[in-house]
Amino acid sequence: MDLQHLSIKVFAERPETIDLSNFTGVFNSWIQRRVADELLIDVADYSHVFAGPGVILIGHEANYSLDNAGRRLGLLYNRKAKVEGTTHERLRQAARAALLACQRLEKEQALKFSGQEMRVIVNDRLIAPNTDETFTSLAPEFKSFFDTLYRGAEYLLNPTPDPRERLTVNVRAASRFDVETLLRNLS
Amino acid sequence: MKASNPFWREQLIDQIEPELAREIDIYETEIELRKQGKIDEKLFAETRLRRGAYGQRYDNGQRWDGQETQILQYPSTELTKGPNTVWDAPGMQRIKIPFGGLNARQLEVMADLAEEYSDGIAHVTTRQDFQLHFISIDDTPALMRRLAAVGITTREACGNSVRNVTACPYSGICGDEAFDVTPYAHALSQFLNGHPDTQDFGRKFKIAFSGCKDKGCGLVNMHDLGAIAVRRIETGVEKRGFELYVGGGLGSVPHQAKLFDTFLPEEELLPTSQAIARVFARLGEKKNRNRARIKFLVAQLGLEEFKRLVLEERALLPPDPEWTAFLNDLHAHDEQPLRPAASLNGAARPEGFDRWARTNIFRQKQSRYVTVTVTLPLGDATGTQLRGLADIARRCTRETIRTTVEQNIVLRWVSEADLPEVYAALKALGLEQPGAGTILDVTSCPGTDTCKLGIASSRGLAGELRIRLAEKSHTLDEAIQDLRIKVSGCFNSCGQHHVADLGFYGVSRHSGGYTVPYFQVVLGGQWTENAGSFGLAMGAIPSKNIPEVVERLTGRYVSERLKGESFQAFIKRIGKVEIKKMLDDLTRLPPHDQDASFYSDWGDTREFTIGDMGVGECAGEVVSRVEFDLAAAEREVFEAQVLLDKGEAQKAGEMAYASMVQAAKALVKEQFYDVPDDTDRIVSEFRTRFYDTQLFWDPFAGGKFGHYLLRAHDKHAEPATHEVARQRIEEAQLVVEAAYSCYGRMQAAKPPVKVKA
Repeated sequence: MDLQHLSIKVFAERPETIDLSNFTGVFNSWIQRRVADELLIDVADYSHVFAGPGVILIGHEANYSLDNAGRRLGLLYNRKAKVEGTTHERLRQAARAALLACQRLEKEQALKFSGQEMRVIVNDRLIAPNTDETFTSLAPEFKSFFDTLYRGAEYLLNPTPDPRERLTVNVRAASRFDVETLLRNLS
Repeated sequence: MKASNPFWREQLIDQIEPELAREIDIYETEIELRKQGKIDEKLFAETRLRRGAYGQRYDNGQRWDGQETQILQYPSTELTKGPNTVWDAPGMQRIKIPFGGLNARQLEVMADLAEEYSDGIAHVTTRQDFQLHFISIDDTPALMRRLAAVGITTREACGNSVRNVTACPYSGICGDEAFDVTPYAHALSQFLNGHPDTQDFGRKFKIAFSGCKDKGCGLVNMHDLGAIAVRRIETGVEKRGFELYVGGGLGSVPHQAKLFDTFLPEEELLPTSQAIARVFARLGEKKNRNRARIKFLVAQLGLEEFKRLVLEERALLPPDPEWTAFLNDLHAHDEQPLRPAASLNGAARPEGFDRWARTNIFRQKQSRYVTVTVTLPLGDATGTQLRGLADIARRCTRETIRTTVEQNIVLRWVSEADLPEVYAALKALGLEQPGAGTILDVTSCPGTDTCKLGIASSRGLAGELRIRLAEKSHTLDEAIQDLRIKVSGCFNSCGQHHVADLGFYGVSRHSGGYTVPYFQVVLGGQWTENAGSFGLAMGAIPSKNIPEVVERLTGRYVSERLKGESFQAFIKRIGKVEIKKMLDDLTRLPPHDQDASFYSDWGDTREFTIGDMGVGECAGEVVSRVEFDLAAAEREVFEAQVLLDKGEAQKAGEMAYASMVQAAKALVKEQFYDVPDDTDRIVSEFRTRFYDTQLFWDPFAGGKFGHYLLRAHDKHAEPATHEVARQRIEEAQLVVEAAYSCYGRMQAAKPPVKVKA
């Protein structure tokens, strides 16, 4: 299965203290400073939308957002451009980009992200419909990746049930992980 | 580009109408040919526009980041999808929804596309379309196939074509209508879409239907072609027909549509529209796109001559069975309820329900059924919300969903007894906001968020006004509840500011080396009676002061209105001079070093200027001679409005013309300080120095505004009717705005002068 369009969300701690309206400026400063290897284009503010995509830093290869889908605020990395390699390598690329963005927000904005819980979305309903079969066929590759990320700690993979949704897998480790640790685990 | 793109064709081939499938295949081939350099970029641009694939802000590969203009280094630096439009730059996809009608599956597909190709948001426009932003052109064929598989086309959603045919969202259920216009709107949309006679327009063509004359839902008077349902008894038999209007439109200079026929029989709707299309295609302006809408042709020919040509054309048309075929099946669009009619009958109502029900429920003519308005903030909805709405529509109705021109969605045929259930389901989706169709329900075009033409942030302002008004919604006086606020990012009126009680459109001013976002305040527009009258601009005010403008105007209306007095009547009664005085202090701009917030736009932290001046410079206090002169020109426009209000059309027209000359003189003096105070000479110098050199040309509107001045100079001695004077005032306002912009560009082009502290 050629999984190209992977999104990874890392959840923010104490989301009630985060004011989304500040983040149009934050993301614009990322464009000014060209903080990523990717081409960063524009900022879209949807903070007025209930449980919406929040504030999005639109890029060419990927979008970054402080996403509030499901009323759970987190940093979402939404890959759009092709990444060469295996599914494991593509998950690694997306997770690393998401965690680096979290690391930057932790340093610059005093946010705190929890690495204990993550969400993977396969943004392509044709290649990866949200069915038990798809999840079963992908589970070994997901496990291979999260074994690396969590370095042997226990974790659970929970797919979401609605077949109309994109294939979405919630991952929860048994113990706490911070962003720095996870980045080290990926290095 | 999505990895699945190549597979959608095969996947959906059996679900797409063959003609539509072929159309998308051709488009995909054209994309490939363009990539190979075998299609000219201009031709490709029109090709994609006719499929609804539109450009988006920054697609020229540049963006001001608040400090400098960054060159966006896309991978395909050479390949373009139109003049000055980089291939890889994200674009917008517009999706036509004729009369706003949708079923649940279509809503779900919209949700899927928003998530997979866009930024997760589907946006409802002021013409009942959907728009998806930040779309890759390479994804558009797959996206179109997925829409086509559920019966939606993007064909002719943009470009010089017949755009989405809109209709009152209450058609078929409203007690005021003569009859349900839905089947007629559907038939005309189908008939004209891709019709050979609509392929050679010089400009777009918008059509609207309304079931009644009095309300605003159809907005017929601001459309190129508008039809209002009428019944008539002929020889004892009741006949259906339409009051047909032509030549209306908003845009920079709005035109009220002209009554073409008081009763066009239903069987004549399609052929007469076809004849109108033919005349427009044959005689409409093609070279100067700023004069190419049908309103200019109607004005130029006069209604009687235009009508004669259309009827002549109609007589020559070869008969087409499609003209009347739909009349045999008019009931195909009849809707039925899913659940039996039942009243609430004292059932328990959840908290917040009553307040919501007061504004978001429309009682249908069918007893005990209601239409629920789902308020979408700024027209935006997530995939999850759209799927949730699809679920409600399936559970409580027979999927009778429509979009509205106020950027909302309505669910029709809800049994009253089901309202608490619907409310609870909407609340779970975060879509239970009350205030539909009230002052809280601010509408806006995309503006600078995504539109290439946007000057100021209409969505930013609309969002701010929504927040402020919602915060005090419990205490808002009833008198202002039903006022409408509409915001456009520029003079092009996509936010329909002309038909609002309080309308705003984005402009800019240059001050002390900075460019500053402003909004023109447009008052006196009328939403009812199908956009019965258009408001006039009262003057430009810094963007950050606009909430206070709303506060003052509504506050004064509450305290000083006469019994039963409408907002339009109130504005007219107290007069523009008084309003101007009331808002005068809000026109003042604080220096940058005192309040820098005025120098960036709502929801955008970037400094609005394109300059690069350092902190501590005192240029903010310098007001140039040109700025004084342009302010004088602006004052004259205002005086012209006052004269018009007094019924002195001739003087108003002359004053408007004088203001244009004054603006031109202000600019000419920048190059030729001693220009004689002679009108002919000023206009001549303006033409040579600013018009012919294109220095005055707007980056997007071209020479349109300069042309207004030159035409006014040629015609100013002619007698001015009220309508002519009004139009000249509109044009004068735009000439003055263009002069401000031109001066801003001239200043920006100068190297910055650093002043030592």
